[in-house]
Amino acid sequence: MAESLSNGAQPQSKQPHPRPLSPHLQVYKPQLTSITSILHRFSGIALSAGVLYLLCWLLAVAQGAEAFDRLQDFNGSIIGRLLLLGWTVAFFYHLLNGIRHLAWDAGFGFELPTAYKSGYAVLIGTAVLTITAWVVGYFQMGAF
Amino acid sequence: MAELTLPANSKPTTGKTWKAPAGVKNIKTFQIYRWDPDTGANPRIDAYEVDMDSCGPMILDAIIKIKNEIDSTLTFRRSCREGVCGSCAMNIDGTNTLACTKFTSEVKGDVKIYPLPHMPVVKDLVPDLTHIFAQYETIEPWLKSDTPPATRERLQSPAERAKLDGLWECILCFSCSTSCPSYWWNGDRYLGPAILLQAYRFIADSRDEATGERLDNLEDPFRLYRCHTIMNCTKTCPKGLNPAKAIGEIKKLMVERR
Repeated sequence: MAESLSNGAQPQSKQPHPRPLSPHLQVYKPQLTSITSILHRFSGIALSAGVLYLLCWLLAVAQGAEAFDRLQDFNGSIIGRLLLLGWTVAFFYHLLNGIRHLAWDAGFGFELPTAYKSGYAVLIGTAVLTITAWVVGYFQMGAF
Repeated sequence: MAELTLPANSKPTTGKTWKAPAGVKNIKTFQIYRWDPDTGANPRIDAYEVDMDSCGPMILDAIIKIKNEIDSTLTFRRSCREGVCGSCAMNIDGTNTLACTKFTSEVKGDVKIYPLPHMPVVKDLVPDLTHIFAQYETIEPWLKSDTPPATRERLQSPAERAKLDGLWECILCFSCSTSCPSYWWNGDRYLGPAILLQAYRFIADSRDEATGERLDNLEDPFRLYRCHTIMNCTKTCPKGLNPAKAIGEIKKLMVERR
């Protein structure tokens, strides 16, 4: 090995103790844009699982009335409803934030104030669309 | 692959507290990351109580005061003390910035200071920048031209020159690259916001004739496309530049040239 690298740095082998890695996630403050980014990934993962569940639902339809009823009973339970609510949130969030990403891909909305406004808009839009969808759903079932 | 926790040798422990002398009224505590390469022991967080009545207003003033008057072993980089050299970039109060342009009064409570995140530490607040400067070299940061040299300067119109605004001001402090989670997890192959902003600085320059070659070099799943528009870079840039936008422009050029 050469005495020193071309940029003047000492080769790592001369290092008596391995260098520690400086803290990252542990110390870095979360901000709106980083939170919306990681939520986009989480909602995408949740939706992938949701597609599998949708597949189960279709299989139950194909298997006949008994299997379908059993699944519908589960959907109506507290856990079933929580899951469906979670997938509704994930769906609308991923949809709206996906539009935000499309705008970025087209070169719009990179200015920090704009990125913050669009981030809040996605969060508020997700809440509004989720509540609307569930109110409409319950209304259709004749709950009101 | 994303390693969310620190390796065993990198987990900080609680260090020493340096009390202010009796009678000092206006005390601010600085909690500072320390690592001594000579002992090789785990990093520790030392607390320094600083008399703010006899200290300048900037974080850099405070850490210079600590080095001069309290603990001369504290190690950090600094030079210009006015935000043009980029040496004193560090993680202060949870975001990356220049110690010389950050007011101590902006920080509520104790001031927590760490080296730039997810970097090998040389000593205390000094990160090893060897890798990131090697990445800088790969984008060939100089003007390239095949046409014969002009007998005078290569002229630009005011509009062409204006395209470089927001790019040339970068001082390579690497606050942005080390704020980027994508760069934390894939920094071995992803170039990161600072280097990509530099790449775009030469792509956008009307005097440069190697745009195609430069884009070819970036057309790679890792070098460019690990950017997921998290925008920590733009949020943290102490010079108010927008690396996320520069990367967006490069991605757009990649699509347009197909």
